[in-house]
Amino acid sequence: MTINIILAIFVTSLATYLSRFLGVISSEKIKENSKIFRWFNCLAYSTLASLIARIVIFPAGVLSEIDYLIRFIVIGISLLIYYFTKRNLVYPTVFSAIILSILSTYY
Amino acid sequence: MINSEYFFRGFKSIKGLDSPAFALGASFVAIGALLKNLGFSIQESIFSTFLTYALPGSLVMAESLLVGASLVNIFLAVWLVNARLYPMTVSLMPLLMDKSQPRWKYYISCHFIAVSAWLIMKSKHQSINRKYRIDFWIGIGTATWSVAIVSTVIGYLASDYLNKDMMIGLAIVNPVYFMCMLVGAMKTIEVSLSVILGTILGPLFYFLSPEWSILYGGFTAGTIAYFIGELRDN
Repeated sequence: MTINIILAIFVTSLATYLSRFLGVISSEKIKENSKIFRWFNCLAYSTLASLIARIVIFPAGVLSEIDYLIRFIVIGISLLIYYFTKRNLVYPTVFSAIILSILSTYY
Repeated sequence: MINSEYFFRGFKSIKGLDSPAFALGASFVAIGALLKNLGFSIQESIFSTFLTYALPGSLVMAESLLVGASLVNIFLAVWLVNARLYPMTVSLMPLLMDKSQPRWKYYISCHFIAVSAWLIMKSKHQSINRKYRIDFWIGIGTATWSVAIVSTVIGYLASDYLNKDMMIGLAIVNPVYFMCMLVGAMKTIEVSLSVILGTILGPLFYFLSPEWSILYGGFTAGTIAYFIGELRDN
């Protein structure tokens, strides 16, 4: 098992570094004001948004035990806090953890 | 070699009101606890965050080990879930490239590309002298990476005291942080459309293919957003 874990860690880090490494190779030839850069910029933001939406809507692990509605409410309130605190990021994140822990205890 | 003034300016990004430290810490505390429950030793857990430093990838590795997947399957699953790092790198590194800087800095520091550091660099690069952007980036990366490693250790050691409700609380912090950061980044029509369409299409494509949904959804949403942006400019 121990050898498996070490190998799994190596394989995981290799698979992760691969995308970063290929990204740097491609970046050598891409100018920041080129069309292809603008396209990749859109792709990066949209892929991140897809990933986060997926984590919230189809979560793996403990989050899947929380009702959809509660997840949406927590995200919605956190975004409101973010706006009302003039884009402070600490308040909404701390708040989200506390409110979800409380909600999951009582529902 | 590395300009220390810019390095420390970058490093200090984890202080202050837009700090990613709490969100990043919360999710790696959860990873530390998860790895402990999977039977990892503390060294292996540290090693894992040290070498991979990408949250969804570590989660996929943990799930795969749990079901006894082969190494090839782990490689493919992790590559798929972390492939988003490719467009992230391509949309960041050209902003940091400078001819006077040695290449190795770029190939080593690309290890730090993860959502939190990336979002900070994207929002701050214009205020940094181009020549030293890479040093500033290495500073941010070192700081966020250290937070992740220390948090993994804390999570590992605290796992016995973390009950399920607390783990659920930790799990929501990261998506909330990223959601706020992405909404905050919506300053141009292209980025706004990318974020909104990505949020809608990612989950929709999940019904077609759970594994490929992020890449399909992201690719379609980003490409539509790009063309709408181009049409507006012409």
